[in-house]
Amino acid sequence: MAVTKHGEGTSRGKATARTEATARTEATAVIDRAGLDALIKTLTADGRTVIGPTVRDGAVTLAELDSADALPWGWGTELDAGHYRLVRRTDGAGFAHSSGPQSWKTFLHPQREKLWSAERGPDGALTVRDERGEQPSYAFLGVRPCDLRAIAIQDRVLAGGRFADDGYQERRRGALLIAAECTEPGATCFCVSMQGGPAADAGFDLALTEVISDLGHRFFVRVGSEEGARLLAAVPHEVADMDTEARARGGVSLARDRMGRAMPPVDLRTLLGASPESERWDDLASRCLTCGNCTMVCPTCFCTTTEEVTDLTGDHAERWQRWDSCFDLDFSYVHGGAVRTSARSRHRQWLTHKLSTWHDQFGSSGCVGCGRCVTWCPVGIDLTQEVAALAAEREGADDE
Amino acid sequence: MNTPQRALPKLAVVKLASCDGCQLTLLNCEDELLALAGQVEIAHFLEASSVVRPGPYDLTLVEGSVTTADDALRIRRIRAESRHLVTIGACATAGGIQALRNFADVDEFRRTVYARPDYIDTLATSTPVSAHVDVDFELRGCPIDRGQLLEVITAYLAGRKPDIPDHSVCFDCKRRRTVCVTVAHGTPCLGPVTHAGCGAICPAYGRGCYGCFGPGRSANLPALIPLLRRDGMDEAAVERFLRTFNAAAFDEAAFDEEPRS
Repeated sequence: MAVTKHGEGTSRGKATARTEATARTEATAVIDRAGLDALIKTLTADGRTVIGPTVRDGAVTLAELDSADALPWGWGTELDAGHYRLVRRTDGAGFAHSSGPQSWKTFLHPQREKLWSAERGPDGALTVRDERGEQPSYAFLGVRPCDLRAIAIQDRVLAGGRFADDGYQERRRGALLIAAECTEPGATCFCVSMQGGPAADAGFDLALTEVISDLGHRFFVRVGSEEGARLLAAVPHEVADMDTEARARGGVSLARDRMGRAMPPVDLRTLLGASPESERWDDLASRCLTCGNCTMVCPTCFCTTTEEVTDLTGDHAERWQRWDSCFDLDFSYVHGGAVRTSARSRHRQWLTHKLSTWHDQFGSSGCVGCGRCVTWCPVGIDLTQEVAALAAEREGADDE
Repeated sequence: MNTPQRALPKLAVVKLASCDGCQLTLLNCEDELLALAGQVEIAHFLEASSVVRPGPYDLTLVEGSVTTADDALRIRRIRAESRHLVTIGACATAGGIQALRNFADVDEFRRTVYARPDYIDTLATSTPVSAHVDVDFELRGCPIDRGQLLEVITAYLAGRKPDIPDHSVCFDCKRRRTVCVTVAHGTPCLGPVTHAGCGAICPAYGRGCYGCFGPGRSANLPALIPLLRRDGMDEAAVERFLRTFNAAAFDEAAFDEEPRS
């Protein structure tokens, strides 16, 4: 899988892609819970805004952290299509939960951002001001491997082409990524069948793997960039022992086989491209609320619309960029009306883009198999099942 | 304040059957009222001033539903003297809470509730303004949102389309990072079928949306009702949930094949 190297080396914190040489002699270490807390304190002292998982309103959400105490210690998650519950864990793990209702795009690609404003003076002259101020310097703690891949996809979409999103680009350049490898996949996870997996393979500054045994609660650390190495050096750590490393790698390896779901092993790009007239879309449309939740929770969905705000006098105007969704009727509004009025056409657009035409547009799939759209769909529409049905229908048609 | 070069557009705010809460939203725009007074001539707004200037009016905001024969005539007169007519709130756009009478026997209510039923002159139904006259824009809510009201007025003054999205409340929950109360707690919520605009207030406080903004433009109610039943509502509770603020609007949406424009 191609990894975006956008902005690499241009500013601090950008995870540098590992070369063959560094992969072989990868720097590793072990830190304990106190070390993790020191990590957060060091990042904060460096002027970074540390974002990580924490429990709020019955879910593991992402929020600003000021200490490791805020992490979801002892919480796990029970997931299913349209279902999410926190469950207590006896082992006290802090990273044994599956992906929650937010992804990192909440911070890298915020739901609303002011772009510019304009003032009309008494003489009628316009003064336009760029409103994208200085962007926060983030440190993300606990980025799942699926979400690392999602960030790489958004890099290609929002900063990889000729017309980069300046705000995204700046936030992304300044962001430091601390991955948490996955040892507890949820029932809606299917990253392995999307050519991913529970191991962090690239794009991180540090990768943590939580290990809990009678030898203690600790984290196996892999260094992914120079910035990551500097950070590790600033906090108490020990040389990685064989037991911790073996348990860490073993836990991640076992997770590969414990994915709750799997995308059918078909050529998704071809299948979706060949299925615009499938009957399954009607069935899907009868169940779909067109509420847009799937696109809002998707870590790669990136669509925005612009919002022009004027005041009552008309002398002050602002342009804002805000999240939009292909499930919104107005999304396809052109003069005279919306192009995709039916739920059928809107859901088909989303799924076909995500799994098929994304390849044409951005050179990869738009799905990383995080399972959020399955979990957070109120009626539990499961894209792996929809794809299976499309594939079965296609197969039936081919047999005839 | 500058002397206007041209006559200011004349604003009228009128009410039919309603609680006054929606027009109060305009008075609650305290920071913007002076600016508004500089852009329009407030010609008819009884909640704000007893001075009434004659029509025609450029922009008329209508609150309330049609519940009497007199209202039905009055809304025609109001329409005739308004260039741009905007209805505000669930009463004006869907009949309001008082449209619960549409599902019952009004004569029976009259006999049971009032000592002198013959004093009561009312129609058997409460209907939205759009059932009587053409409406240029409907602003939803019970009550309406202050920011949206200002947007409608500002857009009118600028000659542009108001930016009032008609997607679901879920959009706003996700934007304000509210954890989905249905998925994470099993709380019955009308958010997925309800018109956005309130800013998703109720789910932010842990309760389900009760649909006071009425159905969104592409609401798929048949898909949501099994969820409400799963989460503990019986058939009667579902019916009450859907009808409370917007009367039959959700019922109608349930049977719409294509989105309403």
